[in-house]
Amino acid sequence: MTLKSLALAAAATVLVVSAAQARDQIRIVGSSTVYPFSTAVAEQFGKGGKFKTPVVESTGTGGGFKLFCAGIGEGHPDMTNASRAMNKSEFADCEKNGVKITEVKIGYDGIVFANAKNAPVTNINKGQIWLGLAKEVPVNGKLVANPYKNWSEIDKSLPNEKIEVLGPPPTSGTRDAFVELVMQDGCAEIPAAKELGMTGAKCAAMREDGGWVDAGENDNLIVQKVVTTPTAFAVFGYSYLDQNSDKIKGANIEGVVPTFDNIASGKYKVSRPLFFYVKQNHVGSIPGIKEFVTEFSSEKAWGMDGYLSAKGLIPLPDAERKKSATAAQALAPFTM
Amino acid sequence: MINALPTAVARGPNLSKDRIKKRYAAEARYKFYGLAAISVAILFLAILLVTIVGKGYSAFVQTAIAIDVNLDKSLIDSDNKGDVETLTQADYRAVVRASLRNLFPAGVTRGQERDYFSVFSESAQYDVQKLVLNNPSLIGTTQRIWVKSAPDIDMLRKGYVGAADDGSQRLNLTQKAFYDKLVADGRVRTQFNTTFFTAADSREAEQAGVLGAIMGTFMTLAVTLILVLPIGIAAAVYLEEFAPKNRWTDLIEVNINNLAAVPSIVFGLLGVAVLLQWFGMPRSAPIAGGVVLALLVLPTIIIAGRSALKAVPPSIREAALGVGASRLQTIGHHVLPLAMPGILTGTIIGMAHALGESAPLLMIGMVAFVVDVPTSLTHASTVLPVQIFLWADAPERAFEERTSAAIMVLLVFLIMMNLVAILLRKKFERRW
Repeated sequence: MTLKSLALAAAATVLVVSAAQARDQIRIVGSSTVYPFSTAVAEQFGKGGKFKTPVVESTGTGGGFKLFCAGIGEGHPDMTNASRAMNKSEFADCEKNGVKITEVKIGYDGIVFANAKNAPVTNINKGQIWLGLAKEVPVNGKLVANPYKNWSEIDKSLPNEKIEVLGPPPTSGTRDAFVELVMQDGCAEIPAAKELGMTGAKCAAMREDGGWVDAGENDNLIVQKVVTTPTAFAVFGYSYLDQNSDKIKGANIEGVVPTFDNIASGKYKVSRPLFFYVKQNHVGSIPGIKEFVTEFSSEKAWGMDGYLSAKGLIPLPDAERKKSATAAQALAPFTM
Repeated sequence: MINALPTAVARGPNLSKDRIKKRYAAEARYKFYGLAAISVAILFLAILLVTIVGKGYSAFVQTAIAIDVNLDKSLIDSDNKGDVETLTQADYRAVVRASLRNLFPAGVTRGQERDYFSVFSESAQYDVQKLVLNNPSLIGTTQRIWVKSAPDIDMLRKGYVGAADDGSQRLNLTQKAFYDKLVADGRVRTQFNTTFFTAADSREAEQAGVLGAIMGTFMTLAVTLILVLPIGIAAAVYLEEFAPKNRWTDLIEVNINNLAAVPSIVFGLLGVAVLLQWFGMPRSAPIAGGVVLALLVLPTIIIAGRSALKAVPPSIREAALGVGASRLQTIGHHVLPLAMPGILTGTIIGMAHALGESAPLLMIGMVAFVVDVPTSLTHASTVLPVQIFLWADAPERAFEERTSAAIMVLLVFLIMMNLVAILLRKKFERRW
């Protein structure tokens, strides 16, 4: 019984202590895609020695916005990472809670459609990918459940292999981007689909008969699976292709190879912008926010030869990068 | 039976050879099934262990390269101040780079230097900084120190990757040739990876370690244990020994059993709502994590505690009450000490369960990148399963082996905890 009261006393003390302590460390939440870059900057920033290394949480883009916009004060994060721009309702949420923000675009992430190294090189376009993966496709002017079993049934130039694509589940930001950039665009390329009123979200449904496989959030696992199944394709972020280029290779989409240069120059179209958002209300009260933003937007971090490009971030084009850096360092207000 | 079948002839046992043979066969079959089930279980365990150890053992060693650093006074302390501030802030990157250039083959242009520099880890500058701070009198001399290689070179030495010039490998042939030359010069060795046990997380694989996660795990579990042990025992004792048997206690019992089966993420949500928002606990802190895990394992421990108390024979209670002990004395002096081994075993198994949880910690912000080794209960930290989860998702190849190595560390923890449970049981176990 004395043990119990002792424990309660200890717990109570800790509670009091924790409430009294001021926060002197930046807290960042948000996208797991931006996490590898944000953490790299955080580590460099901490090694500078002037400030504590920020704590970076991997909560996902949506979860990050929710935490970020929830309010002002030490209990709320100072920044959030995002693999898509903030949407209207998230902005409204921020505004309602008095959160003033700065948006910083940090670069691009390419999405690749890849297969095993020893499989033949594939040239494919978005329309063909859509025909292969959509739940319903137009055949003879009618919408039917996807009848294609092999890629070669869609086009003679494609391999005579079973359609099997491994990719992230709907909860993943990579999946959202793939649907938006490949499925919806691909659908628009097929005139027969347009005639049947297939546009936008209607094109987003994935087939559920085994052609598309939700292979989990972990991109490394998807890479491993596609290596062991040479006939299958997989969808994941460019950094994983970059790190595993000895085992897998990206398919040429619309005739363009997914390489660092092609994504950076915008030739390879399947890429999405990455962002982070700063809470202006916290600048000044939490030490180091301004300096952290400066570190992130410095050439040695996000430049063409910066340490982030070594981690797989595709830098913004020179002019845009300069503009973004100036805006970021001035903490330009963001409105919608 | 006999009344129901009055005309039946009383039957003796069937002792025919056939029948006996059949009975023996049934027994042999049963034994075989049991053995087969266990063999399958052992086989899967072996496969699991072999894959993890096979992938992870190489993370315990690391490639190191010897470099001769010229601790140039003009670069470190040109004004001859010699104070700690100057020595800490000096540009050691430049010191290291100047010394590395001496290793490069003649005629390497500035543009080609990048390939050569990327053979070494960026951590070399911190090694040099430490060297100088520990012994400032070394300034001006040239010291041979072993620095970590870049993870790509480490992977090459361990045979996971190769080198090529067509972009299909991360290392090109120039780098491979440079590495081969360093090997030929006797400047490359494989050393024990101490960093793995002395550092917290890092984005650079060669600088990443599990100490932060281990400390976080210790503190989180300590909070859990402090909360769970007294509350669990008190609840179990009350429910088993004092509580009247009525509809309310039945309801409580059903609820405890239900709670034991609630998905763990629910406890995380509870943690956010109650601990973080009401009590204002800091995010990502072991204190909050410990409380959440305590809620998670409490039902398991209460159930284990109750069954341990139930297993104490009533004769003990009756004897104690018979010689005039009060209910509390009976429980405190006799029942609880006898039930303790069972309760402790249940607690340790519950704690082992808590050790492996990461889902509820996601909600309270412990799935985070924390570079500093946590030192207090309110310091941001992660725990081992979360560290494994984060590394498993890292694109860099070198994190693959570290993930497996971290799993091995977690397994060692689990085995140790279970061992303690077994020892406790063996030591205090009593048979009636």
